[in-house]
Amino acid sequence: MKVLVPVKRVIDYNVKVRVKADGTGVDLANVKMSMNPFDEIAVEEAIRLKEAGTATEVVAVSIGVKQSQETLRTALAMGADRAILIVAADDVHNDIEPLAVAKLLKAVIDEEQPGLVLAGKQAIDNDMNATGQMLSALLGWSQATFASEIKVEGDSAVVTREVDGGLQTIKVKMPAIVTVDLRLNEPRYASLPNIMKAKKKPLDEKTAADYDVDVTPRLAIVKTTEPATRKAGEMVGSVDELVSKLKEAGAV
Amino acid sequence: MTVLLLAEVSEGALAIDAVAKTVSAVKSLGDVHVLVAGKGGDEAAATAATLDGVTKVLFAPDHALCHGMAEPTAALIVSLAGDYSHIAAPSTAFAKSVMPRAAAMLDVMVISEVIGVVDADTFERPIYAGNAIQTVKSSDATKVMTVRTATFDAVGTGGSAPVEEVALSDTAGLSEWVEDKVAASDRPDLTSAGVVVSGGRGVGSEEDFALIEKLADKLGAAVGASRAAVDSGYAPNDWQVGQTGKVVAPDLYVAVGISGAIQHLAGMKDSKIIVAINKDEEAPIFQVADYGLVADLFTAVPELIEKI
Ligand SMILES: Cc1cc2nc3c(=O)[nH]c(=O)nc-3n(C[C@H](O)[C@H](O)[C@H](O)COP(=O)(O)OP(=O)(O)OC[C@H]3O[C@@H](n4cnc5c(N)ncnc54)[C@H](O)[C@@H]3O)c2cc1C
Ligand SMILES: Nc1ncnc2c1ncn2[C@@H]1O[C@H](COP(=O)(O)O)[C@@H](O)[C@H]1O
Repeated sequence: MKVLVPVKRVIDYNVKVRVKADGTGVDLANVKMSMNPFDEIAVEEAIRLKEAGTATEVVAVSIGVKQSQETLRTALAMGADRAILIVAADDVHNDIEPLAVAKLLKAVIDEEQPGLVLAGKQAIDNDMNATGQMLSALLGWSQATFASEIKVEGDSAVVTREVDGGLQTIKVKMPAIVTVDLRLNEPRYASLPNIMKAKKKPLDEKTAADYDVDVTPRLAIVKTTEPATRKAGEMVGSVDELVSKLKEAGAV
Repeated sequence: MTVLLLAEVSEGALAIDAVAKTVSAVKSLGDVHVLVAGKGGDEAAATAATLDGVTKVLFAPDHALCHGMAEPTAALIVSLAGDYSHIAAPSTAFAKSVMPRAAAMLDVMVISEVIGVVDADTFERPIYAGNAIQTVKSSDATKVMTVRTATFDAVGTGGSAPVEEVALSDTAGLSEWVEDKVAASDRPDLTSAGVVVSGGRGVGSEEDFALIEKLADKLGAAVGASRAAVDSGYAPNDWQVGQTGKVVAPDLYVAVGISGAIQHLAGMKDSKIIVAINKDEEAPIFQVADYGLVADLFTAVPELIEKI
């Protein structure tokens, strides 16, 4: 079984985001970029499936600017076998919407015929939480979102999902799309020898036009603003003071 | 213009707070029809009919729609979509699974976690863990969106909209429900509670998390946790507050032994009053706290329980 993992290049989760003064977006020039944390978890899971003999090949796919190559090299260094880059933008500020990403991924999947797609639950830049579900709809496949455990059993997968009330287990028919949550696993770090080896692994480069997919956004960005900031609070010196402040404020 | 609103139902009951807040978010767009999906949802449908602003309830009493299964629910929405300008739902785990799927079937984008409805095409939503707010204008024929309920006040009840049954035609049977592990609790629901007490890695163990729960019980509060506390096994996953957990905006949020990473703040910084208890005076949580107390939680929390 082939496993396909879509990985997105996003601003590193430790970086403090700055809104551009002209309100056109968030400043991404010269900012540290990394693989979306959820996608690292997806790559890790795919590699573990391969190590367990369940998967035969792990293919990482990224859509965006040319620099997304680096993200794919990270996936290859972790243990993915090969990578596909679809260049769909030439400016780092031009984010490709989940619907267009899903259409491009569908085109890749039509060619590659994987048995399982492991995507992240959410990209930490746009916080959309949509691509996996959209891809699953376009393919007419089953979906399991927010996975914290995945067990492949024959032609189905038993997936435990993190839902609002606790955990839910469902059984999905393969091929399926599974989106992964934080507690599925702890992604490994790529070792130096593996980083070197990754440089020689195949990385195909395509464009959105190769797949005949229109990536024009459906949601025009009117403006991007800073959120309202909280007014600075006060420090209290003791529990007694805290209790009386809370009483004054009518909070308790 | 008419809005189709996918209701959140749990154990046959309407998640009334979430649905009432979503009605409030979208009611400026037109009539609101609530869709209750799943066999056994009769009570939920009846409750939905009482919400102010709801002019019709659609009830699909099909067994395949139980347990929030995404594929049939999305198919049901798509079969009804022709009559609606907007399709909305509270941004729960259920709706986050269903709505993007329905949107893609309609060839439209989904607009996730809406915090402001500017006009029929224009919406505000947080990005980058709430570090920026984006205003987007949709060019799609149908707007499909999830609503961040914490930002809206619930509509009242007193209405009596008609309930109409609808049928699900598509049951492809792609997925099968196996089991739910839902922790029963007498405490208020995290996302709608007026007071939330959350513990972080500083609490140190699952046993000591009882201290957080004790304070919560004293305050009649729901219990929350940071991701680090959940990952360390101190608290169950459904207590996680933050960018990738639940978003809460109670009247009072008490953060104990939580450093205040942006991913945590994303889930609680709209709370009315924030209290932080942390032994590190440099902890970033103090930058958003209305009342900060630099103290060891193991002495401060018991004292607080006693004195409050
Ligand atoms: C993609 C992604 C998504 C994430 N999503 C979330 C999310 O949804 N929610 C979330 O919370 N996090 C999330 N995180 C994790 C986040 O970055 C932080 O790692 C996490 O919030 C830290 O939790 P914490 O504050 O409990 O732990 P720490 O940062 O370790 O802080 C513990 C605090 O406890 C204090 N402390 C220790 N002992 C005591 C004591 N005896 N008395 C008083 N204070 C004490 C310390 O001073 C410290 O400030 C996410 C991270 C990533 C990468
Ligand atoms: N541009 C992209 N390239 C590759 N994968 C993506 C891209 N955008 C989204 N994804 C995948 O879809 C998941 C969810 O993203 P989103 O729907 O944007 O929150 C991510 O975690 C990735 O696995």
